[in-house]
Amino acid sequence: MSGILKIAYRLLVNDRAKFAALLVGITFAVFLMIEMTSLFAGILSRSSSTVINVGASVWVMDPAVQTVANAIPLPDYVLDEVRSIPGVKYAVPIYSGSALLKLRDGAYQAANVIGLDDTSLFGRPIMTEGNIQDIYADNAFIAIDDSEFYKLENPHIGAEFELNDHRGVIVGVAHVASSALFGVPTLYTTYSRALQYIPNTRFTVSYILVEPKTPADVALIQSRVTAAGYLALTREEFIAKISRFYMFQTGIGTNMMLMTLISFIVGLSISGQTFYTFILENIDKFGALKAIGAKSRGLVTMILFQALFVALTGYGIGVGLCAVLIWIARLHLPDYAAMITFWNLGLAFLMVMLIAAISSYVGVRKVLRIEPFDIFRG
Amino acid sequence: MEGPAIQVSGINKWFGEGAARTHAVKDVSFDARFGEMLYVVGPSGSGKTTMLSMISGILRPDSGSVRIEDADIWNLSSDALADFRLHRIGFVFQDYHLFPRLTTAENVAIPLILQNQDWDQALEEAARNLEVVGLGNRVQLAPVKLSGGEQQRVAIARAIVSRPDILIFDEPTASLDGDTGRNIVRFVREHILTDHRCIITVTHDSRIYEFADRILRMEDGRLSGIERSQLDAQ
Repeated sequence: MSGILKIAYRLLVNDRAKFAALLVGITFAVFLMIEMTSLFAGILSRSSSTVINVGASVWVMDPAVQTVANAIPLPDYVLDEVRSIPGVKYAVPIYSGSALLKLRDGAYQAANVIGLDDTSLFGRPIMTEGNIQDIYADNAFIAIDDSEFYKLENPHIGAEFELNDHRGVIVGVAHVASSALFGVPTLYTTYSRALQYIPNTRFTVSYILVEPKTPADVALIQSRVTAAGYLALTREEFIAKISRFYMFQTGIGTNMMLMTLISFIVGLSISGQTFYTFILENIDKFGALKAIGAKSRGLVTMILFQALFVALTGYGIGVGLCAVLIWIARLHLPDYAAMITFWNLGLAFLMVMLIAAISSYVGVRKVLRIEPFDIFRG
Repeated sequence: MEGPAIQVSGINKWFGEGAARTHAVKDVSFDARFGEMLYVVGPSGSGKTTMLSMISGILRPDSGSVRIEDADIWNLSSDALADFRLHRIGFVFQDYHLFPRLTTAENVAIPLILQNQDWDQALEEAARNLEVVGLGNRVQLAPVKLSGGEQQRVAIARAIVSRPDILIFDEPTASLDGDTGRNIVRFVREHILTDHRCIITVTHDSRIYEFADRILRMEDGRLSGIERSQLDAQ
C-alpha cells in the first residue's frame, strides 16, 4: 500500500465513531438489499420447481400458461402431433395438479401431484427410500422429502392416506432439486393414476415433455408447435417466463424492488451523510495538505480509497450477516425460500459501489474546491 | 549561499469584482536572503497573508513576479508548483492543521510520504526531526494529547522534515502564551534557521520582533517600510 493510502486508511479507521457509522450504514444497506433480492430469488426458483425437478429439455403447453402450477390441459392429439415432428426423439405427457389429501389423523392437507408418463417415468425423482418400480403398485404414491414433507406427517413406506375417497399408499420417499413455492407437499404417481384419482377437465395432458434429437432441432420443434397453435419452450425459457410473471404481474417483484431501493436510499443517506461530515471535519487538513504540495489527484485518490474501503468492508460484513441469517432461518424454518445468487451479490455490489461513488463524489467536490489560500486566511 | 533566496518584483493582487473590487497587495517588491529571518508585520487587512500566499506559490499574483533562486515560480504548471512547494517550502500554519487521528510521527512524515518515500523510512526521519524539536518522546502520541507549544513544535518538525530551504510561518505565536511563543521563536532562530535557509514570518506579535533580521511593514496593501531589527543591529 502506498504511503498516501496508508494515511487515508489511518484517518478513516482511527476515527472510530465515524468509521463504525459508515460501516453500519453500508452493512445495513447490503444486508437489506441481499435479503430482499435473495427472498425474491428463492421465490422465483421455487416458482419453477416442477420445471427444474422434472428436467425436460422442451415443454409444450397452451400459450396462455403463465406458471407451471397453473397448467391448461392439452388435447391428447397434440401429443401425437408433437411425436410426429422430425427432430423429436421422444415426447411424453405429464400431469401436474393439486389434490386434497385426508391424512391418517383425519386432517386435510393440500398437495401437488405429479403424474409421470406410465411407460417411461420421465422426470422421476431421486429415490431415498423404496424402489421407483413400486410406483406401478396399487394406489402407489411417492412422497417428496422437501421442506413440506412434514406436512404429510413424515411418512415412510406403507403410510396411507385418502385422496378423493381413493386409498393412497406411500411406496417410496424421494428427493428433488427444488421445493415448491406454495408451502404444500408433493406426491409423485403415474400419469394414469393421477387422472384416475383426481377430477379432470375434458383434456387431461398438463404438459408434453419433449426431448429433441439434437439441440439444433429445438427451433424446428418450436416452430411446428407454434404452427399447431401451442407453445414449446425450452426449460430455461419456461423458467424465464414464470419468473417474468412473478416479477411483473403479481406485485411481488415491484415490492421487492421498492424495498431494495429503500434499502439503497437508507444506506446512501447514512453513509453519504457520515462520509460528508468526515470530509468536512478534515477539510482544513486537506487544504493544508494541498498547501504543503499534495496534488488534487492524490487527495481524490485518498477519498476514493476511503469510500471504497468502507464499501467493500461493509459489503463483506453485510453479505456474511445475510448468509448467516439465511442459514439460521433455514435451520428453523424449512419453508424459508431465500437463496443468495451471484445475481443478488452482483446487484448489491453495484449498489454499494454507487453509494461509495455518490458519497465520495460529494467529498471529492469539497476537497477540490478548498483553496490552500483559505487555510492561510483561516 | 550566494544571491537572494526570494526576489519579489512588483506583485499586485485584486479581489472581487466591480464596486467591491479591492486592491489587496499593491506593487510590492523586496528580496529575502538565505540565513535570514524576515518578518512581515502590519495591521489586519494590510495584505500580509495575501503576499505570503503569493510568494509561497499558493495564490497567483495578478501582476509581478516571484523568483526563487532565479526561477519565476508562477511560470510553473500547477503540478510543478505543487512539487516545488513540496520540496522547497515548509509551512507552519497558524492553527498547525495537524491530523488529530494520526500520531505526531505520522503527521510529521506527511511531506515525505507525499514525496513517495518509503513509509517506514519516512517515519524514522519524522522521529529524528521530532528529536530536533525536543519531542523525541512524543512520537506515538496523537497531537490532541500535546500542549499548544508542543503542537507548534510538531508543525515545525513537519515543515523541516523534507529539508526545505524556505520556511513560511503564519502567526506562529498567535495560539500560544507569551513565554511559550518567545521560546518557540527563539528555538527556531537558534536551531532551525541556517545559512541555507530563509524563514519568512507573518506576525502581529511585537514581543517576538527582536528575533527578526529584518521587518517588512505593510499597510493598506503596500510595503510601508523595511526595518533592521535590534538583533540585526547587534
